[in-house]
Amino acid sequence: MGTLLHVIVKELIQLRQDRRLLPAMIVGPVVQLLALGYAANSDVTGIPMVLVDQDRSSASRALVDRFLSSGSFVLAGTEPVPALVERWLVEGSAQVALVVAPGFGERTAAGRPGAVQLLVDGSDASSAVVGMGYASRILSAAAADMAPGAGRERPGVEVEPRVWYNPDLRSRWYYVPAILALTLMLTTMILPSMAVVREKEAGTMEQLIVTPLKPWQVIAGKLFPFVLVGLLDLLLVSGLVVFLFGVPLRGSFVLLAALTLLFLSTTLGLGLLVSAMVRTQQQAMVASTFLLMVPMLYLSGLIFPIENMPAPIQLATHAIPLRYYSNVIRGIFLKGSGLEVLWPEALFLAGFGAAALGMAALRFRKRLD
Amino acid sequence: MRRIWAVAVKDLRQAARDPFSLLMLLGIPTFMLLLYGYALNFDVRHVRLAVQDLSHSAASRDLVASFLNSTHFDLAAALPAGADLETLTERRQAKAILVIPESFSGDLEAGRRAVVQLILDGTDAGTASTVLGYASALADRFNASLAPGLAGTEPREPLVDYRPRVWFNPELESTQFIVPGLIGFILMLTAVLSTALSVVREKERGTMEQLLVTSLRPGELIAGKMLPYLAISLAATAVILAAARLLFDVVVKGPYLHLFLVVLVYLIGALGLGLLVSSVSHSQSMAFQVGALISMLPAIFLSGFIFPIRSMPAALQAVTYLVPARYFLVIVRGIILKGAGIAPYWPDMLFLVANAALMMGLAWARLTRREA
Repeated sequence: MGTLLHVIVKELIQLRQDRRLLPAMIVGPVVQLLALGYAANSDVTGIPMVLVDQDRSSASRALVDRFLSSGSFVLAGTEPVPALVERWLVEGSAQVALVVAPGFGERTAAGRPGAVQLLVDGSDASSAVVGMGYASRILSAAAADMAPGAGRERPGVEVEPRVWYNPDLRSRWYYVPAILALTLMLTTMILPSMAVVREKEAGTMEQLIVTPLKPWQVIAGKLFPFVLVGLLDLLLVSGLVVFLFGVPLRGSFVLLAALTLLFLSTTLGLGLLVSAMVRTQQQAMVASTFLLMVPMLYLSGLIFPIENMPAPIQLATHAIPLRYYSNVIRGIFLKGSGLEVLWPEALFLAGFGAAALGMAALRFRKRLD
Repeated sequence: MRRIWAVAVKDLRQAARDPFSLLMLLGIPTFMLLLYGYALNFDVRHVRLAVQDLSHSAASRDLVASFLNSTHFDLAAALPAGADLETLTERRQAKAILVIPESFSGDLEAGRRAVVQLILDGTDAGTASTVLGYASALADRFNASLAPGLAGTEPREPLVDYRPRVWFNPELESTQFIVPGLIGFILMLTAVLSTALSVVREKERGTMEQLLVTSLRPGELIAGKMLPYLAISLAATAVILAAARLLFDVVVKGPYLHLFLVVLVYLIGALGLGLLVSSVSHSQSMAFQVGALISMLPAIFLSGFIFPIRSMPAALQAVTYLVPARYFLVIVRGIILKGAGIAPYWPDMLFLVANAALMMGLAWARLTRREA
């Protein structure tokens, strides 16, 4: 135990000497959090719209008013005929074109459908989908109001939505807690893998190996400072998530910290495994970023919902440790879940952690022989 | 010129001696394309729906069937009365729960509003609001299908004949719009990181001083350092475009020459940024941290690639004007998807040229000052 303490102290001193690394561990997460926290908003407002009103009746003007007063669309300009809107969409000065066909007012007044066309720039598919959703909602409301007998309660099914955990459907509440996982992967997977390889490059690893230290002591000593850094980041990021972005922390912080430690054993183990397999820091960085962090990020449901992926990919996501940690983060922050719900996640994380650390230790020992 | 070439050959040899990194520089783009192509999908389907049917009537079964037949919903569970709904959503076994009250069929037959409750897991706000849209559309359709005689409803066409038409990407395929964003992001990342790391590595080993004491002029050194990575990044672009075409049928509709020009100018700016990063970093891990932070983050989050710029707070929108990827994305989307050339986007192009000149100038200034 005493020897282990010496190794830990050595590693801490080394970490402190790298003066620029420590600020990076704090500045990095904070900048990421601010950027993602404020940028990540998939709600769309103020879609620029070019208008072609070929009807020029009070009905068509009322329809256009509905679009503009919704706040989802702003008028970028008008054109007399549909053929002229192409330039707007190509240049990007408008993202949609609303075309009200001649005779719209007359036809709707007579109880027959009047034609409305919406031309959408699909090159930005995400906001195109959202914009079309807004438009169809506006148009069906308009159609219902113009129908004879509008205002009278009509029989039929009415869906009454009740949204749990995030009643105002703020997309920020979904994205912001995810930064926690992002930060932890950077500071406890990528950085340790580079730190170990740096010792290999500098040749000091051999010096450590010829000391009477046991392999596990070398590993534990190397990893311990990063556990501290991970916990520090947990405190920092959770604090910002709750106090700056107003995301509720409904569950227990102690549980979050405990499960984060389990996740850290996975990231540290994987980072160590990478360092055992590469020769240079550059390789360690590339391998841990692109072979580990990026796939984990995209296939964990942390940012993109798993339900929308093709079935074979969905199956593959079960092998991604971050999938379980992502459930933990969302469960504890938004749903207030306790261990009685999250125990399967805890088991999986513990399993992944044991496997990753075990494999890393095995690789490490072989190199020592 | 010969001396620039000599440095370039030296750096290229160094890169080639590290086949792992070279492979990654070319392999990563394809890999990312696959990940994005499959993971990023705006079409919400097969939402796990639990149903608590307390009405047990023909009408309630019809309503449930209309939900399940829509492909938007899959039945996750049929719940008995008094089931614990909260545990179901907490365990993620269902994303939505449809609760049909006992009075449902009676209300419908009596010609009253029959209210059903749809409980949504709002954690993922985007999916939840899409699901909400589906549910109300399904309810509208269900109402229209109610027998005409029933309770005084008469089926009729809606008064607005709404015909949406999507240009440039009619199927709204996510891969179509991902490719331009991905090129912008990958190029920025690999160009900044590879130049920054290669220079810092030479600094760490002390070979940078050897290069500086040679008769090479700083300009020659910079050009020589950049050329190999310029070549590798252009190759990476070709790999992305080829993979996108083979795997996802994404075809470049505009002129290739214009695309090449934009990529080249964008890359020069990125390589200059990489040199700048190397001049402030003392270790490779520092260079990686700084490089990844200032290249990856803005190119993904502040470029309009995934999140619309218009929805950001005004202060952040102002910041996006400084992100080269923002302009790159506009032009490349225009060329690949809209079949345009550079011409309609000349203000964006002007910015990219200015950015490239500025980055190169700053890198030059830092390197010459160092020498003096």
